[in-house]
Amino acid sequence: MKTSDRTWSFVVLLPSVILLAIFVYGFIIQSGWFSLTDWGQDPVQALSAHPVLHFQGLANYRDLFTGFLDARFRQDLVSTIFFTVFFIAGCLILGLGMALLLDRNPRGEAVWRTIFLFPMSLSFIVTGTIWRWMLQPSGGLNVLPQAVGLPKGNFEWLSSGAAVLKFDWNRLPLLTAALVGLIMVYVAVRAQRDGARTRTLVAGICAVLLLGWALLIGPRLKLLPGVELHGFNLALVGIILAAVWQMSGYTMALYLAGLRGVPDELREAARVDGASEWGMYRSVIFPLLTPITLSATIILGHISLKIFDLVFAMAGPDNSATDVPALLMYVTSFRGNEFAKGAAIGMVLLILVAAVIIPYLVSQFRRAEA
Amino acid sequence: MKAPKLVTLSVAVTAAALLASAQAAGKLEIFSWWSGDEGPALEALIKLYGQKYPGVNVDNATVTGGAGTNAKAVLKTRMLGGDPPDSFQAHAGQELTGTWVVADRMEDLSSLYKSEGWASKFPKAVIDLITYKGGIYSVPVNVHRSNVMWYVPANLKKWGVTAPTNWTQFLTTCQKLKAQGLAAPLVVGENWTQQHLWESVALGTLGAQGWRDLWAGKIKFTDPRAVAVWTMFGKVMDCANKDASSLSWQQATDRLLAGQAAFNVMGDWAAGYMTTTKKLKPGTGFAWSASPSTSGSFMMLADSFGLPKGAKDRAEALNWLKVLGSKEGQDTFNPLKGSIAARTDSDVSKYNVYSQSAAKDWHSKQIVGSMFHGAVAPESFTSNFGTIVDAFVSSHDAKAAANAAQQLATKARIGM
Repeated sequence: MKTSDRTWSFVVLLPSVILLAIFVYGFIIQSGWFSLTDWGQDPVQALSAHPVLHFQGLANYRDLFTGFLDARFRQDLVSTIFFTVFFIAGCLILGLGMALLLDRNPRGEAVWRTIFLFPMSLSFIVTGTIWRWMLQPSGGLNVLPQAVGLPKGNFEWLSSGAAVLKFDWNRLPLLTAALVGLIMVYVAVRAQRDGARTRTLVAGICAVLLLGWALLIGPRLKLLPGVELHGFNLALVGIILAAVWQMSGYTMALYLAGLRGVPDELREAARVDGASEWGMYRSVIFPLLTPITLSATIILGHISLKIFDLVFAMAGPDNSATDVPALLMYVTSFRGNEFAKGAAIGMVLLILVAAVIIPYLVSQFRRAEA
Repeated sequence: MKAPKLVTLSVAVTAAALLASAQAAGKLEIFSWWSGDEGPALEALIKLYGQKYPGVNVDNATVTGGAGTNAKAVLKTRMLGGDPPDSFQAHAGQELTGTWVVADRMEDLSSLYKSEGWASKFPKAVIDLITYKGGIYSVPVNVHRSNVMWYVPANLKKWGVTAPTNWTQFLTTCQKLKAQGLAAPLVVGENWTQQHLWESVALGTLGAQGWRDLWAGKIKFTDPRAVAVWTMFGKVMDCANKDASSLSWQQATDRLLAGQAAFNVMGDWAAGYMTTTKKLKPGTGFAWSASPSTSGSFMMLADSFGLPKGAKDRAEALNWLKVLGSKEGQDTFNPLKGSIAARTDSDVSKYNVYSQSAAKDWHSKQIVGSMFHGAVAPESFTSNFGTIVDAFVSSHDAKAAANAAQQLATKARIGM
C-alpha cells in the first residue's frame, strides 16, 4: 500500500518536475550561458536564423558595472535599491497602521477591509495607468490643493530630474565593504553576547578584513575614469506611491491575521501586569508579529526587484529618471538586439532576487525540519 | 432507399465544394503596429487586397503600441522562434536592413521591382534606403516628414512674433516670448520626442550633406561641427517645458493648441491628429513650417513591408506587396493615414491641404533619412541614444554627449 502510494505520488509529480526543470532551470542556465557570449554585438549574427555565438567570459558584466555607455544600468541598480527600501518601508508602515486601526473593531470593519484590500486585485498595469493620470504635471494630485483654496502644487511626480543622496559610483566597493563590515561587527558582538565563540571569531575576522580593505585599498580603487554620480531620483516618488497604494492592503491583511492570532489572554496578562496600551504593543504584540514582517519583506522585496509593468505603464520605457533594470533588460534585448547584455542584466536581477529569497527558504527549511 | 442516397450525394458534393474553396482560398498574415487612428487606413488596404485577390483570408496581426515599441519585440521573438509572419511592417532604412537584411532573414524583392516597373516610380533616395548589396528588400507604403515645426497662427499674432526660419532666430523669438511671460515657448514630450527634436536641430546645424556624412561615418560625433549640434540643442531645450518626460506627443500638441507653448517640432502625423481628432483646419487652426534651418530638406521616414524568408504564404504575400506598391494602393492608404505616398506619381487631389504641401516638398527638397525613426541609424544605436539625450538634458555637457554618441556609433558600426 505504502509503496504504491509513493509510486503514485512520484508519477503525479513527475510532469511538473520535468516542466520546471526545462522551463525554469533549463532556461536560467541557457540565459546564463548567453550572458557570457557576444550575442548581439554583430548585427549580422544578432537575429540570424542560426546565430554564431562566441564565448567572451564576463565581458558583459564588466561593461555593465564599469563600461562608459552603461551608466543607465548603474543608475537603474541604484534606483531599484532605493525603490525597494522605500516601497517595503511604506507598505509595512501603512499596512501595520491600517491593521492596527481595524484591530480595534471599528464599525463596518468588513467594508474597510475590502476597501483596503481592493487595490491588490488590480494588475500593476491598471494601477500604473490610473496613477499616471493622477500624477499628471498639470492635473490630478497637483491641483488637489486648489479644492481647499491652497495654491496649486507643482511637484514633477514622474519627470523630476532631481536626485538626492547622491554618491560616486567609484565609491561603491568601499561603501559596500564598509557596510558589510559593520554588519559583521554587529554579528560578532551579538555572537559574543550569546557565547558562540567560533561565530564571534569568524565574524570578527571578516569584519576586520572588510573594514581594512575598505580603509586601505577601497579608496584607491577606481571603476570608472571619471566621477559618476547616482542617487535617489525624486521622480521615483510617484512610482513608489502607486506601488505602496497597490500592495499595502496585502501587508494589512497579513498583519491583521497576525494581530487576530494574538490570544486575548496575553493582552489581558500584559494589562494586569500594568503595561500601558503602547507598552503592550511594543513588548508583547510587535515581537509576535516579527515573522509576518519577515515574510512580507521577502514577498515585497522580490516584487520590487523585478518590477516592470508598473513603471512601464506610468513612465514608459525611456524615462531615465524612473528606469529600473527589468525595463532596461527588455529594451536592451528586444529593441537594441543586444541579447547577451540583456541576459546579463537578467542574471544580475536573478542574483538580487536570490539574495532575498534564498535566506528565507533556508530559514523555512530549518523551521520545517525542527 | 433513394432518399438517403440523395442525402449522401449532396453531403459529398457540399464537402467537395467546401474542400475546393478551402484550397483556393489562401491565407495571409500581415504583421503591423497600425491600430487606433491608423487602423482604418490598414483596413482600407486589406479591403482593396480582398477585391483584387478574393477568397484570401487575411489575418490582421496588429500589435498595438506607439512607433511599434511592442510590435517589434513580438516580431523578434516570432522570428527567433522560426514563426515569421507572411509580411511585416518595418521602418524603411537601417531598421530593416541593419536588423533583418544583414541577418539574412529577408527575401530580395528586386525582381518584383523589375516586373512592376517600380524603380522609376519611387524616388532614388528611398530606394537607396532599402537597398543592401544590390538587392531591394521592402516596399515603402508611405512617407512622413520629421522636420516640421507646428504653431497656431492666431497665437503667434497675439504674441507679435513670426515662425523663425533658423535656430538662431528661434532663440531670439524664444527670449521674446519668455519676456512676455510664456515660460516654455517650445513644448517637448517624452524621451523619443526629444530625440525627434534633436534630429531636427542636427539637420539644421549640419545641413543635409553634413547629416548624411554623419551617418556615413565621414563626420565623427566628436567633430566640432557635431559638438555644436549639442550646444544648440541645449539652448533650444532651455526654451522647453521641464515636465517633458511625462507628456506623450499628443499631450505636447495639446499644450501647443491651448496656447501654453508657441512651437512644437513633431512629425507630420501631428497634422493628422490636429485635423482628425481635434477637428482643426490646416492653415488656420494650426500652421506649419519646416523646422528652423531645414527648409531645403525633407527629413523622411517611411513604413515599408518586406517578405521574410520562410513565409508560409509566399504567393499571397507577394500579391500583398504588389497592392502596397501600386498607385491605387498608396492613394487608398495614405489620405486615411495622414501621410503621403512614397510614389512620385500619386494623385495629390485626394489629400488634404497639409499633405499636398508635404507632397510638393517631397518632390522638390533634398531627401534625408530620420535617425530616430529608423532610416539612417541601426536599432542598437537608436535604442541607446535616448539615454545620451536624457543625460545631456540634465547635465548640458555637449562634449560628454558627443563622446558618448561616438562610442555608441562605433559600437553600432556606423560608417563601417
